[in-house]
Amino acid sequence: MNGGTSSEGALQVGGPDERGRYGAFGGRFVPETLTSALEQLAAQYESATADSTFQDELDDLLCHYVGRPSPLYFAKRLTRHVGGAQIWLKREDLNHTGAHKINNTVGQALLTVRMGKRRVIAETGAGQHGVATATACAHFGLDCVVYMGEEDIRRQAPNVASMQMLGAEVRPVCSGSRTLRDAVNEAMRDWMSSVEQTHYILGSVVGPHPFPRIVRDFQAVIGRETIAQCRRQLKRLPDLVVACVGGGSNAAGMFHPLISHSEVELVGVEAGGRGSQAGQHASPLCLGRPGVLHGSFSYVMQDEDGQTSPVHSISAGLDYPGVGPEHSYWKETGRVEYTSCTDNEALDAFDLLTRYEGIIPALESSHAVARGVRLAAKRPSNQAIVICLSGRGDKDAAEIARLRGSREST
Amino acid sequence: MSAIDQLFDTLRSTGRKALMPFVTAGDPSLGFTMDVIRLFAKRGCHLCELGIPYSDPIADGPVIQASYTRALQQGVKLEAIFQSVASLRSQVAMPLVGMVSYSIVYRQGVDAYVTRAKQAGLSGAIVPELPIEEAGPLAEVCRREQFSLIQLVTPTTAWDRALRIAELATGFLYFVSVTGVTGERTQLPSDLVDKVGRLRERTDLPICIGFGISKPEHVRMLAPVADGLIVGSAIVRRVAQAKSDARS
Repeated sequence: MNGGTSSEGALQVGGPDERGRYGAFGGRFVPETLTSALEQLAAQYESATADSTFQDELDDLLCHYVGRPSPLYFAKRLTRHVGGAQIWLKREDLNHTGAHKINNTVGQALLTVRMGKRRVIAETGAGQHGVATATACAHFGLDCVVYMGEEDIRRQAPNVASMQMLGAEVRPVCSGSRTLRDAVNEAMRDWMSSVEQTHYILGSVVGPHPFPRIVRDFQAVIGRETIAQCRRQLKRLPDLVVACVGGGSNAAGMFHPLISHSEVELVGVEAGGRGSQAGQHASPLCLGRPGVLHGSFSYVMQDEDGQTSPVHSISAGLDYPGVGPEHSYWKETGRVEYTSCTDNEALDAFDLLTRYEGIIPALESSHAVARGVRLAAKRPSNQAIVICLSGRGDKDAAEIARLRGSREST
Repeated sequence: MSAIDQLFDTLRSTGRKALMPFVTAGDPSLGFTMDVIRLFAKRGCHLCELGIPYSDPIADGPVIQASYTRALQQGVKLEAIFQSVASLRSQVAMPLVGMVSYSIVYRQGVDAYVTRAKQAGLSGAIVPELPIEEAGPLAEVCRREQFSLIQLVTPTTAWDRALRIAELATGFLYFVSVTGVTGERTQLPSDLVDKVGRLRERTDLPICIGFGISKPEHVRMLAPVADGLIVGSAIVRRVAQAKSDARS
């Protein structure tokens, strides 16, 4: 993998290979202490996917506990206002706990029980994955510790309260940038010492193999449902699908089942923050380079020494310097186009969807809405765009009010 | 043969064990770190592990992590570390090994990193998050350059895997004493001596034990079975303490 990031041969759809590689990306760059746990996890996951009882239990949970399938909703007033292609929303915000994160956590919690482990740890940025993990742990009666950066604890106070009510211990992370990246570091350190009794429910398609695959597979229900719903409601597949990308789990879940449908354009939207200067954004796919972070080889924001660079996004869930390796692979192969939108564009999109549809989107999802609306405006009305509305925005209301206050007073 | 191979040959022939301290490069300054290394050599340490500060060290506990953060806040850069090491080389014969993240090595390029590190006077590398499955490209360059690539075996490593790691490692085998991150421990696992002893029978490579070692009784317990002992956080903590005492 010495610098070779070019892809050879046909686009890999199933991926990863047995070394956890998507093309040149992915792999397992972890301390030796974690190797056996990751091998065990990969083996247990293989056996779970081959076990129809596991699949049936998962499907039952997704249906009766999470509330799936989530609707595919035609945003009629927004479409009319934008005046271009039809805008459809995949309503992951309507899931139990208000975001797509629960798809993964019920799956991994079920896997935890199968592995005979009783303790779960997780990292969280926006708090959505933390809440979803705490929820799944309450459902299964598992002990739960969530690592969360101090800065994010401040930005996402309602989610912190929820996690605690659900019985999880929220451990503040005060190192480094005090955001998601440091929460991942702390969760990994905990796992280094507790690996024999603890499962780490990673929240995104990042980290060492097999996490990117497991999380993608559990999230792929989004894309599978979207395909079936489009066939039923639109009588065809959409022309374009847009999703936001932090670590990239909702996008990976949405895109993966669509990868082989080459007629569908796929667009991933990173956090453009305050602009393209170093430290002002969280757009590793658009502005970073391949490197190693948190156990996998993927696009990352680093300085010339290989130190992780500071990143910024208004949205805590996108405020991350790395991205899932499969996204890097899709970027390299050109199958998915990655772009970004700024904090302000996301805020405007937040308003737009709230006012025109009565749907308050998460700030993360607002990035996808911003780009989706802009693309829709340029396209004819016989085209259809699906935007993955990955989560609801209740958690962001206080932070947005605070930002509005400071914007209006300046 | 690298300087590390020579060191253990000499120690073994005289029945001695290696004391291997760890120090962070650039906490609080590179000048201070180089003074500490000179002192290590003068006091009879055999090999020094030089921690190259990294922003996201997942294998490190709070003491070394905080030390890395302080060093990076001082603006320590890789090239400055290499230059300091190079200027020290004429004064200190004790081998130096870089403890370095693969994120840093990869960013430089595997070839460029090894070439520069060797030229500066480092004798090898410990790359804590590079398991054998991913170590191929670096191991190849290290072999070619006769630059030791020290690999780690941990309490969670299966027996057959430990043997494979021992085959691929050069310089010495780093036996991690505990399941966890770096940092001082009051007690070390009771089966540690047996585990190292078992491995000892299957490899000629020197075996050095690290993580958690912080007390004289640890040394008494482990010295008979190991070729060397690595002391990290216990030193980093005292160095930081000495520095803040000197200021007040």
